[in-house]
Formats: sequence, structure tokens, C-alpha cells
Amino acid sequence: MNPFASIGRATLGFLTIIGRIIIFSGKCLMAMIRPPWFFGQIGRHIINIGYFSLPVVGLTALFTGAALALNIYTGGARFNAESFVPNIVGIGITRELGPVLASLMLAGRVSAAIAAEIGAMKVTEQIDALRTLSTDPFRYLFAPRIIAALITVPLLVLVADIIGIFGGYAVATQSLDFNGALYVRNTMNFITGWDVASGLIKATVFGFIIALMGCYHGYNSEQGAQGVGRATTNAVVSAAILIFAANYLLTTLFV
Amino acid sequence: MIDKPKISISNLHKSFGEKQVLQGIGIDIAAGKSLVIIGGSGTGKSVLLKCILGLLQADQGSIKIDNTETVGLNVRQQEKIAAKFGMLFQGGALFDSLSIWENVAFRLTHADGISKAEAKELAIEAMARVNLPARNADLRPAELSGGMQKRVGLARAIVTKPQILFFDEPTTGLDPITADVINRLIREQVTELGATAISITHDMASARHIADEIAMIFEGKIIWRGAADDVDSSGNAYVEQFVNGSADGPINVMGG
Repeated sequence: MNPFASIGRATLGFLTIIGRIIIFSGKCLMAMIRPPWFFGQIGRHIINIGYFSLPVVGLTALFTGAALALNIYTGGARFNAESFVPNIVGIGITRELGPVLASLMLAGRVSAAIAAEIGAMKVTEQIDALRTLSTDPFRYLFAPRIIAALITVPLLVLVADIIGIFGGYAVATQSLDFNGALYVRNTMNFITGWDVASGLIKATVFGFIIALMGCYHGYNSEQGAQGVGRATTNAVVSAAILIFAANYLLTTLFV
Repeated sequence: MIDKPKISISNLHKSFGEKQVLQGIGIDIAAGKSLVIIGGSGTGKSVLLKCILGLLQADQGSIKIDNTETVGLNVRQQEKIAAKFGMLFQGGALFDSLSIWENVAFRLTHADGISKAEAKELAIEAMARVNLPARNADLRPAELSGGMQKRVGLARAIVTKPQILFFDEPTTGLDPITADVINRLIREQVTELGATAISITHDMASARHIADEIAMIFEGKIIWRGAADDVDSSGNAYVEQFVNGSADGPINVMGG
């Protein structure tokens, strides 16, 4: 077996997938900007992606903020810098942990659900049925999900920011003897509008990735239950990796 | 040769990788006629149907509907052509998240821009034509039996009174009595609408019931075509073997 041939085949395979995802994204974007828009579908997915993800995102943010406060306090104590807990919790949550952790949880919940639903529709010929009913699946199935994710993920991250900071506040005031009013004032004085906005821009990009990966892998799932299962796994894994990669790129732009 | 065919297919080829599924299919279908395409599993029946419907792009050849070429159309053009179609899928392909009437009225509400109230009326009317009582209108597909789901699929196919109807294995998975009900409904609706119909099946009872004409596909080619009444005296060894359901004959299904 020629090792160069294997490397070449793997490279070509990888580039083919990249090309397919780019073409798929282009079709989704065209479907998003051109009528008809299915507002009922967009509303349904805003509820599914946004409202029903609130508990997952809220709990993740609460415990992350609480743990972050404890770690910063412990680490800060080594330099007599315990008083920086509110500042670092605030900036850490809004710029990094809020958007990234909330989006990773959404990748698990939302990408998987989208891939499973669309994959099941594919294998039961429902997507073919849409086409025979003069309805483009890119407009009816994919565009509403992506638009809903673009709207809801930043809102969820905003909620995560608030709850995460509250998690830090709760631990700091209950366990670490911080003054509540002082903690809030320090946080408000230190966090800038850009800290929050940069996190929300990241969340918008991550929202696109989450919905896109669910749609792409669901649409390309192979026949049978195994194919749908594989599509679901691939959607979550690829969304998580792309979130990390995009987070690094966006952070280099924002710092 | 049909003078003005509703559907005209010539030299149609479709491959998946190395596997050549359609190898130069050519067939014309006259307006208002019901053609049933028979053939074993994996011979290219479903691929042919999907090419005509525009769900698959043919590699080579021509498909003309009302003398308009449909191979190579873009999505918007394909949607316009699809307005002439009604399709009953093998498994029904009903949308799980929608109620029965919403499934039946899907094209009316989503592609034709008809109001929900009017669409519901038309959907219930179409359901009545396939003997589905209106009390089922607000149920979900999962709450219906397989035979009822097929009838919902049929109601969805006929609700817009399409010019061309497609049936993919309409009786697969149904008991013989329900299958006969579906066959009768298909025949009734095709006759009432005056539609051109293409069905694919390997159920000969269904083929005899639905068809004006029968064609047999084997290894990606049409190897026989004739009137439905002539299928038992075709003089073609492949057709005879298929019609008689015999393992002995020129069609080798044992993988040899």
C-alpha cells in the first residue's frame, strides 16, 4: 500500500467535505435572504432552540460562575489579589466562558436534535416529499433553523452571562465573605460594553455553526437508524470543534 | 410511438459511482394513461421515478413533460414543474410534526399561498375522496394505521388535482384487503382526475388493477411494454418469470 496515495486520498476526502459544507452554507444563506420565509417555522424553532435550552444554559452558567469565583479566589490569594474576583469572573464569563460553554451545551442539545430530526426526515423520504410539494427544503427546513439559532443563541448567552456572574456573586458573598453591594459595583465598573458585545458576536457565529452542522449532517445522513445515529454524533463533534476554532479566531480579532 | 406524449423519456442514464442503474431508458407515456413499471428490486424503478420527479439529476438523456425539457432545471424551475405532480410515497412520507389535514393541505398552504381555512376545507374534501372521515383531520400521522397513512398520502397527492400522479410501491406493507382498497382508490382517482399516472411496483395484483399499460424494467432498461391485459401472454421470458414469481428463468436473483 502506497502511503502517499493514502495521504492523498485522505486529503482529497477532507477537502471534498470542506467544499460540500461551503456549498451547503451558500445555499442556506441564499435561502435565508430570499423569500418566501416561513415565519411559523422560525417561531417554532425559536421556542425549541431558545426557550427549551434555558435550563441547560442557565445551570451551566451558574455552576461555571461559581467554580470560577472559587478558583480565582484561591489563585488570587497567592498574590494577595482576592479582591479581583468580581472583575475576573465578569470578564471571564462575558468574553469567554459564557459564549463558549453555553454554545457547547447547545451543540450537544440543538445540533444533535436538528441532525436527528432532519436525518429521520431524509430516511423516511419526507425531504423528497417536500420537493414534490414544490417546497425547497433549504427554505422550509434549514433557513428557519439557522435564523432561529442566530436570534436565540446570543440571547441565551446574554442570559448565561447574567446567571454566570450571579453564580460568582453567590459564592463570593455566601462563602468568601465578600460584600454584596461592593461585588456588584466592582463588576459593573470593570465590565465594558465591548466585553459583552464581543461575547454576543461570538455567540452569533456559534449559533450559525450549531444550526448549520445539525442541518448539514442530518441532510447527508445515510440510510437507516445507524446512519441517523452517525449523523447526530458527527453534528455534535463537528459543531464543538468548529466552535473552538472560531472562538480562537474571533478572540485573536477582538483582543 | 405516441403522437403527443405527456411524458417523454429518451436515452436516460444514471449511475452511482461504478454502478450503472439506468442504462438508456426510453419510454413515452400518453396523457390520461396509467403506466405501471414492474421489475425486481434494484433494477432501477425507484431511480427512474426520482429522475422524472426531479429528485435525482440524470447523468445523460432527456425527460420531457408536456414537451418541456426537465433535465438540468434549477430549483425554482423544478418547483414550477412539480406543481403538475402528485406523488404517493412507499412509506407515506407524511410529516410527523403536522396534523393529517395540514399534511394533505401542505402544498396549498406552503406553495400555493391559500389561506389555512380554505386549505382545510379542500383537505377534508380530498380526505373524503379517499374514504377518510373528517374526524381524523386533527390527528397526527403516528395515530393512524399503515393503510390509513397511505390514504392520507393519496389525499395529499390528489388535493390539487394534479395532471400527473406517481405511485411508489403503493401496496407494499399492506394486508391484501387494504391493498385492494388502495388499488381501487388509485384507479378511481386516476380515472376521475383524467390524470396521467406512473406507478412502480412488484405487486402484480396491484399492477393489473391500476394499469392501462405495463412496462418491465430489467438491468436499467425497458425490456417489454404492452397493454395490461397482455402481460400474461407477453411472450417475453423475463416478464413471464416475473409475472409467475418463479425462481427459474433468465432473471438470476441468487447473485450468480
